[in-house]
Amino acid sequence: MELFTNQILAGIATGAIYACMALAVVMIYQAIDHLNFAQGEMAMFSTFVCWQLMQWGVPYWGAFLITLVFSFAGGIAIERLLFKPLAKAPILTNVAGFIALYAIINSVAGLIWDFTIKQFPTPFGSSPFLGSQLISTHQAGMIGVTLMLLLLLFFFFRFTRMGLAMRAAASLPESARLVGINTSWMIALGWGMAAAIGAIAGMLIAPVVFLEPNMMLGVLIYGFAAAVLGGLTSPLGAVVGGFLVGVFENLVGTYIPGVGNELKLPIALALIVTVLVVKPAGLFGRPIVKRV
Amino acid sequence: MSAVQEVVTEAPAVEAVPKRAMTLGYGASMVMLVLLIMAPVFVKNFIIFQLTMLLIYALAVLALNILTGGSGQFSLGQSAFYAVGAYTSAILMEHAGMNYALTLPVAGVVCFGFGFLFGQPALRLSGVYLALATFALATAMPQLLKLGYFEHWTGGVQGLVVTKPDAPFGLPMSQDMWLYYFTLAVTIAIYIFSVNLLKSRSGRAFMAIRDNEIAASAMGIDVALYKTLAFGVSAGITGVAGGLGAIAVQFVAPDGYTITLAISLFLGMVVGGVGWLPGSIVGSAFIIFVPNIAEGISKGLSGAVFGVLLFLVIFLVPHGARQVAIVAQQLIGKLKRN
Repeated sequence: MELFTNQILAGIATGAIYACMALAVVMIYQAIDHLNFAQGEMAMFSTFVCWQLMQWGVPYWGAFLITLVFSFAGGIAIERLLFKPLAKAPILTNVAGFIALYAIINSVAGLIWDFTIKQFPTPFGSSPFLGSQLISTHQAGMIGVTLMLLLLLFFFFRFTRMGLAMRAAASLPESARLVGINTSWMIALGWGMAAAIGAIAGMLIAPVVFLEPNMMLGVLIYGFAAAVLGGLTSPLGAVVGGFLVGVFENLVGTYIPGVGNELKLPIALALIVTVLVVKPAGLFGRPIVKRV
Repeated sequence: MSAVQEVVTEAPAVEAVPKRAMTLGYGASMVMLVLLIMAPVFVKNFIIFQLTMLLIYALAVLALNILTGGSGQFSLGQSAFYAVGAYTSAILMEHAGMNYALTLPVAGVVCFGFGFLFGQPALRLSGVYLALATFALATAMPQLLKLGYFEHWTGGVQGLVVTKPDAPFGLPMSQDMWLYYFTLAVTIAIYIFSVNLLKSRSGRAFMAIRDNEIAASAMGIDVALYKTLAFGVSAGITGVAGGLGAIAVQFVAPDGYTITLAISLFLGMVVGGVGWLPGSIVGSAFIIFVPNIAEGISKGLSGAVFGVLLFLVIFLVPHGARQVAIVAQQLIGKLKRN
């Protein structure tokens, strides 16, 4: 029983990271109807920036904040420079663009910081949380930061003018433009926020998976799985999906023999394909109706 | 965020390419063929090996081209089919002692089946969803290949070593040269098959689905069947390419078939021009020689170079090599008139 509770809690902790990734993916999907295959690499790059800042002697939380600002600006810059001109292009061109971005960021990170594994510090420590053996303080920290982030985002979208404008631009761009919302900048803002959320996910998971240019591939696939499970059109769904996928991954790894770390990615694949086949709209998503 | 159901008129997945623009004319094909036959006579064995790889990747890019340029579906998971083909050939040769030439049809059939089955869920997915599912497939493949259960057959992490075939009938040529001509023969056969496939009733069905799925089904095309068929054919050809690749490289290992390979093949298709079959060889040349040059400058640079060039192609020549070919043709036409 203790093993079971332990695995559930650990699953919720990694699920928090998947939730962040899924949220980042959904934010961009909402804005431009495309999946950002480079989301994981953007997060990885941000994490490296944070690591570099700490190497230069900046304290953890300072580096954390600077990285967030950097990621936000970087996300906006990428949208303005590379993806705004592709807005009207066929899907294929956009997919090619994301793949190109993936290759560039992965390779540049390797060039700057090389491919060796690096330790990434945690601000929470890794002692048992509140004296219980079930979960470490870092895992508790991961859950805490994610929940705080979600609450902030909820308040932003629910109670601020900017949040309302972003929601309007995502759901009905034409009408939003008619009431004077600059939809083009709302998309850029969405990119910036997605990049920043991804950076948080990267910095939180880095102490667990270690820092190296390919560290986010597995996390990204699980983020996709979470987003698909929750429904690509629903931010709330992405978060719920993230936690579910995290718990699912841990339980399957513990209780089904032969499925360990070696089968991590195939499980995500099976999950994605199953959800897309059984319920393509996901748990919370709206079904999409095509006009002839 | 609203309760209203969203109504979408979908943007086209891929720009329409007319059927006649998909292949080369008779004269140009002959020139190309003569060039490919003559090429290995003058160069060293290592370059012959590279030319063989050029043909093999051209086949894999061609397969992706049939899927994307022909039927308008995406795949970022071609490396998975390539891996399955390579492993099928390698296992049949090393464990069953089968002749290398006979393993290729088997690899093709196995991959056709695998692609057809994977295409079943893909039916219900369009555009980005399909790209997502295949992306996940490509990332999961190396782990599946390393799996302990199959280790007896696949050799696990270590992979398998494959023996290189000698030239038959005592022909006086090196192993590399024989393999080149063997690959060339397979490539030509598959190229002719592909051209005819796209000209056939099935090919027209693919293109109708690509251009407008709803209109195609209204005209009586079995959309489900032809979409999975396109997936199967594409996977089958990729599998043959994978089998040839295993024979040429003499080695298969899980880490040879990562997402990087899938990205390379995708890149090759975009560079060669989506839907232009001869462009496959241009794309293939690109993905073989560019990394060599880039790695020569700095290790790990090839990804960045790939990415930057891909963006340049998207922004400057969105139709890839086909566009360049058309411009060149027009220039030559102008010069002739003057």
